[in-house]
Amino acid sequence: MKNLRTELKESIIKELNLEDMEPEDISNEEPLFGDGLGLDSIDALELIVLLEKDYGIKLTDPAQSKEIFVSIEQMASYIEENRTK
Amino acid sequence: MQNKIYINGLGSISAQPEDLISGEAIRVYDENIFSAISPNYKKYINLKAFRRMSKGIKMGITAAQIALKEAEIDMPDSIITGTGEGCKLDTEKFLENLLDQNEKLLSPTAFIQSTHNTIGGQIALNLGCKQYNITYTQNSVSLETAFLDAQIQLREDPEMKVILVGGVDEVSARITSFRKLDGQLKQNPIKNIDLLKVDSQGTITSEGAHFFALSKEKNQKTYAEFQSVSIKNSIQPEEVTEEITAFLKIQNVNLLSIDAVILGVNGDNRYDHYYKDIQLDLFKNTPQLAYKHLVGDFDTASGFAVYLGANILKSGKVLEVLRLNQVECRNPRTILIYNQYLGRDHSLILLSAV
Repeated sequence: MKNLRTELKESIIKELNLEDMEPEDISNEEPLFGDGLGLDSIDALELIVLLEKDYGIKLTDPAQSKEIFVSIEQMASYIEENRTK
Repeated sequence: MQNKIYINGLGSISAQPEDLISGEAIRVYDENIFSAISPNYKKYINLKAFRRMSKGIKMGITAAQIALKEAEIDMPDSIITGTGEGCKLDTEKFLENLLDQNEKLLSPTAFIQSTHNTIGGQIALNLGCKQYNITYTQNSVSLETAFLDAQIQLREDPEMKVILVGGVDEVSARITSFRKLDGQLKQNPIKNIDLLKVDSQGTITSEGAHFFALSKEKNQKTYAEFQSVSIKNSIQPEEVTEEITAFLKIQNVNLLSIDAVILGVNGDNRYDHYYKDIQLDLFKNTPQLAYKHLVGDFDTASGFAVYLGANILKSGKVLEVLRLNQVECRNPRTILIYNQYLGRDHSLILLSAV
């Protein structure tokens, strides 16, 4: 079974059209927003949709996303604890 | 006396190479729907924003940047865009997503970027321009409506110095193919260069972006003077001559001083008689040029005619492949562009040399 962290990287690259990037180009601890991967607020909306579509996690409090979308590692941990599918 | 308007810079992205004017060989296509040739968009667009953009947005931003660079303008006073069908690729993506996801959990990006004014908005974001920004979507007079707005503003508003005006339309798999379903496109594939030789219903289509930096001041790089634009949504074929004559009279231009006429003939035998009548009578002794056999017909294809007209007036040269008749075009000083689509949305644009 594919590692959740690799799966997440592949989904993010595909959904956010991160052209010329491969999963190995993104480290698990690298910040997703700001200086790291450089994602922005529209990407945050895409990630919220991705969490619900692929893992059945519905974020009701927007403030939560700031804590979850810190890095691939943080996202994976949250998914492991809260996924419904 | 009203002030003059000059075309000081232009950017063109179409199915023909950007060096067509300077002699590069024309591209020949075997299909009735074909794509524009993509330049290296990454030279012109912020890489972070680039990944979300559909081809129409990329073409628009790039053509706009080229036009502004040619005119040596960092920031226009207005951005006015025309698009007949807007951002079709993102519209289709959003609608497919809507069906696949059973109307739930939809990707926001395609929705945000599916609106017609995305292109003008993205051009402004790319430039950091917070001035007047508007998009006109009026079928095949979308670009002409944008020109009309620019003309009014440059003539009426003393604060307005430079306006970026352009037209963009992109091809998409489904929405563009609807044109074939309702008979707007030829039913069998033809070579684009044979478009005006095939006597049948429908035309061929493609995509493109044409932007123009219009200014009240001319400079050494100025291409041409943009004299005027006129739009009539409905004209009977027998009224075309009268419309052209009336338009030229308002502009104080004698019919005999038209050195070339660029016509939007598109090979559709149901509607090309709008042009045929003036080809055989009003302009029988005038050099007649065509362009849709090179770039296809789409709602803002007339941008390519303005691009050609401006280049012809600047260089004095006419490409052989454009000619519809053998009347010699010596030292062209005034060019009239006439376009219509499906017998509707007629437009006239008058350009002159500086």
